[in-house]
Amino acid sequence: MWFDQILQGVLLGGYYALLACGLSFMFGVMRIVNLAHGSIAVLSAFVVLSIAEAFHISPFLALVVALPIMAAAGWLLQVTILERSLRSGSLTPLLSTFGLAVVLDNAMFQKFGANTHSLDIGDLAFASWNVTPDIAIGQLALLTFVVAVALLGGLQLFLSRTPLGRAIRATSEDPDTAELVGIDSRRAYAAAAAIAIATVAIAGTFLAMRATFDPYTGPTQLIFAFEAVVIGGTGSLWGTLIGGIALGVAQNIGSQISPQGFLIAGHAVFFVVLAARFFIAGRDPRTLIRALRRAPA
Amino acid sequence: MPRVLTAVGITKRFNAFTAVADVDFHLDANEAVGIVGPNGAGKTTLLNVLAGSYPPTAGTVTFGGADVSRSNAADRCRLGIARSHQIPRPFGNMTVFENVFVAASMGAGAAREQAYDGSIESLRLCGMLAIANRKAETLGLLDRKRLELARALATGPQILLLDEIGGGLTDAEAAELVTIIRELRGRGIAIVWIEHILHVLLQVVERLVCMDAGRIIAQGVPEEALAHPAVVEAYLGSGVT
Repeated sequence: MWFDQILQGVLLGGYYALLACGLSFMFGVMRIVNLAHGSIAVLSAFVVLSIAEAFHISPFLALVVALPIMAAAGWLLQVTILERSLRSGSLTPLLSTFGLAVVLDNAMFQKFGANTHSLDIGDLAFASWNVTPDIAIGQLALLTFVVAVALLGGLQLFLSRTPLGRAIRATSEDPDTAELVGIDSRRAYAAAAAIAIATVAIAGTFLAMRATFDPYTGPTQLIFAFEAVVIGGTGSLWGTLIGGIALGVAQNIGSQISPQGFLIAGHAVFFVVLAARFFIAGRDPRTLIRALRRAPA
Repeated sequence: MPRVLTAVGITKRFNAFTAVADVDFHLDANEAVGIVGPNGAGKTTLLNVLAGSYPPTAGTVTFGGADVSRSNAADRCRLGIARSHQIPRPFGNMTVFENVFVAASMGAGAAREQAYDGSIESLRLCGMLAIANRKAETLGLLDRKRLELARALATGPQILLLDEIGGGLTDAEAAELVTIIRELRGRGIAIVWIEHILHVLLQVVERLVCMDAGRIIAQGVPEEALAHPAVVEAYLGSGVT
């Protein structure tokens, strides 16, 4: 039974990692904590839902249509709001994205009302494989996990192997110097924002497939994403996957200990990791592991 | 020698402070020009205006026959103007090779294979092949200065703007850089070099521009420019009579 809980926790963690992917990427590259992250995920869900209903197509197909739309929205978000905010210090993007979240949530409420929605994916929502008589793996959960790993791995490869990825990394370190080696740093940032928001659209779609959502779902999703990013180490994409899994496993084990334990356990892990970070220098999770290994000796 | 860079009437003001006042500057192909002057003379500001890091308050910069006064640093870099920093600013989380490779692929606009070859060539010239896979943040000062050179070189420049690249180095280390910079001249790259260490500078440049308080006070063959009364006064102060 414990094995099952841990397995389900890992799969749930895949969803959290998928959710946190865009947040992690944006923070790692642009040093922006995007507080509108959850709201943009919900907005993407509404966009996908609208497309799927209007053209009577599968949500997966609708997501393919929605991706370029959301990427363009990310580009616009960068050149209209984030770029200006970044110029006036690190706190301003926090305030402007918070403001954006409020505006988005209420605009969606105005447009779509308070009803809960969900993306219809037929049997996939419930179908599962029975590994043993006691352990079943949900097909959607596994798909989510696979997509999360592929997306985080793909982004990592993109950053380390492609010219645009390298340009984005260079800009992220020093925009002025990047200009001096021929990189248009504004465009590099805008491209990064477009990619980040496109990943948020994928996360939003999976959110809407696995559960119901309404215009105010965003902020709670933001918290899970944020916790996954912090547990895994800010700015590290693989760390985000590990952070998401740690959060998912903690929540599932917590729910076994007490019916109310689900959220508490997740927050507790987040808090412990955060506190440990304050005591152990360095943002790198490897520093923490090294410190823990050294401790008994 | 054809003229590659012409700057006419360059003025740069920061609010009330005029850093560069009505400066004319030109550079011929394959020429090496040194800029000297006391701190605050406006040397680095002039270099920044030439590189496009910020636009001039007044004046025009012409490069290769085209007016580039309004184009930004990235555009000018792709046209062939490269610049190094006084305090090296490597991309610390990237390897030495990646630092140079990003310059070769973005600055020189080279396709993958050419960018790769160009990077290797730049690293070889600057003596950095052996440490190409080290993270840039682990480098010492001399290697950081070398990396600044290699990275600027990888953008495939026609002119190279160097800002006190010899500063903080020992004579032996500075001599190594001089060897590299001479090699670059041999490849037809024109050089503008700001430097306080005169005996290093004079091993490379054939023309000296002396600045003080935002203006050019003398220029010409190094010995003559340095003997100019205005230069002597700027450096040593006027005699007591």
